Amino acid sequence: MSDLAPILPSGVSLAAPVMLTLRVAGLATFFSFFAGVGAAWFVARGPFRGRGIIDALCALPLVLPPTVLGYYLILLVGRRGLMGPWLAEAGINLMFSWQGAVVAATVVVFPLIYKAARAALESVDHSLERAARTLGASEWKVFVRVSLPLAWRGIFAGTMLAFARGMGEFGATLMLAGNLPGRTQTLALAIYDAFQSGNDAQATLLVAVTSVLCMSVLLLAERLAHCGRRMWS
Amino acid sequence: MIEVRISRKLAGCGRPFTLRADFTSNARRVVLFGHSGSGKTLTLHCVAGLARPDEGVITIDGRTLFNAQADGSPRVDIPPRRRNVGYMFQDYALFPHLTVRRNVGFGMERGPWRLGREGRQRVDELLDFFEIGHVADRYPADISGGQRQRVALARALATSPSLLLLDEPFSALDPLLRRRMRDEFGSLLERCGVPALIITHDPDDVDAFAQTLVVYAEGRTLPPLDFATARSGMPSTVEMLEGLLLEGAVIPR
Repeated sequence: MSDLAPILPSGVSLAAPVMLTLRVAGLATFFSFFAGVGAAWFVARGPFRGRGIIDALCALPLVLPPTVLGYYLILLVGRRGLMGPWLAEAGINLMFSWQGAVVAATVVVFPLIYKAARAALESVDHSLERAARTLGASEWKVFVRVSLPLAWRGIFAGTMLAFARGMGEFGATLMLAGNLPGRTQTLALAIYDAFQSGNDAQATLLVAVTSVLCMSVLLLAERLAHCGRRMWS
Repeated sequence: MIEVRISRKLAGCGRPFTLRADFTSNARRVVLFGHSGSGKTLTLHCVAGLARPDEGVITIDGRTLFNAQADGSPRVDIPPRRRNVGYMFQDYALFPHLTVRRNVGFGMERGPWRLGREGRQRVDELLDFFEIGHVADRYPADISGGQRQRVALARALATSPSLLLLDEPFSALDPLLRRRMRDEFGSLLERCGVPALIITHDPDDVDAFAQTLVVYAEGRTLPPLDFATARSGMPSTVEMLEGLLLEGAVIPR
């Protein structure tokens, strides 16, 4: 990469936004995975009061403009936000920090995992879950031994989609974490920055890198889906 | 002994349906016979705890599994995992992602994953007993229909249930195999010694298994019959069942 150095602005390497992007998308996917699958399990279990509202709330980040999400997040975790004083006491600062970018991306990718997991869990043959119950299985065992393994492909596909989407997160991240080179500037933000400042060569390079990265994720996902087919038995 | 006295309304779309099942039997094999949609499977689900009756009582060998009556007796509703009944589903519901061995052992695992030493031993015994040892490491999709049926029965028996619930045990088999398996299945059932509640809409099954016969007509049960007595003097089981269903249709409700 040394021969590319002249076209990069001084003090900013290509590695920084790539690593930051992977870290933010990875952590956001990790958190969303547990929250999304948990919520999907809860909603898929059957009718209860307020189910429709919970379902709509879980899917909401998918349809709201990212700027609206960013605004909500600022109201929630900003310095003067609802949880602001509490976070400050705990020594956590989410505004203009890479942790803030993780929070933003987590909320944005959550519905992708939730939706995929719910559809996958609901498509599992219920008589298998019933069979497990008559065989003495607790609800937890039914979930980890029957529902989850059989819904695994759908959940995995949703998770990979979430990771890819997390790498491209722009709006909410910009609102919450800003656009600080080397600190909160992910690939998507760096591309916008380079383009705005007329640095077309760098923008092109970053676009190419992002494309290759996303393509690799999709290919890797396909690979893993094949390997994982029988890992539950 | 099994006692079932339950009612359950299903609102659903289309016409409303009310199940009223009422029978008591000491027999080792009770057959519930009726057209599809007459409430047989719902009864089985209620006994297993997979569906909840609106009111009534279900007991097996004096143990109350469900009780919700207006007489002020304490409400009982034991969750399915503690009812200790073996349920063989119509399509067997074998776990497609687990091998035959793990399917059979599923109910004996301690915690969500581990199968203890006694568990493994019991699985081996069952695999031997049902002659499915040679397919132990295959998946349900890779074995024959008859083998699948035996795996399902072995899995249901693994937890030493006090009652077996068999939902149309032969409907998933092709007709030629069905005949052969019926004999084989009957002797397996006899040898394992667990009483069974069998539902079917096939008169041949009634012929082969019924000791006590309970006929369903439009969601209601006729008084239980001793099959041998009811059958004697009738030219065939089919005619006998037709007569009973006709009789059921005119019973005032």
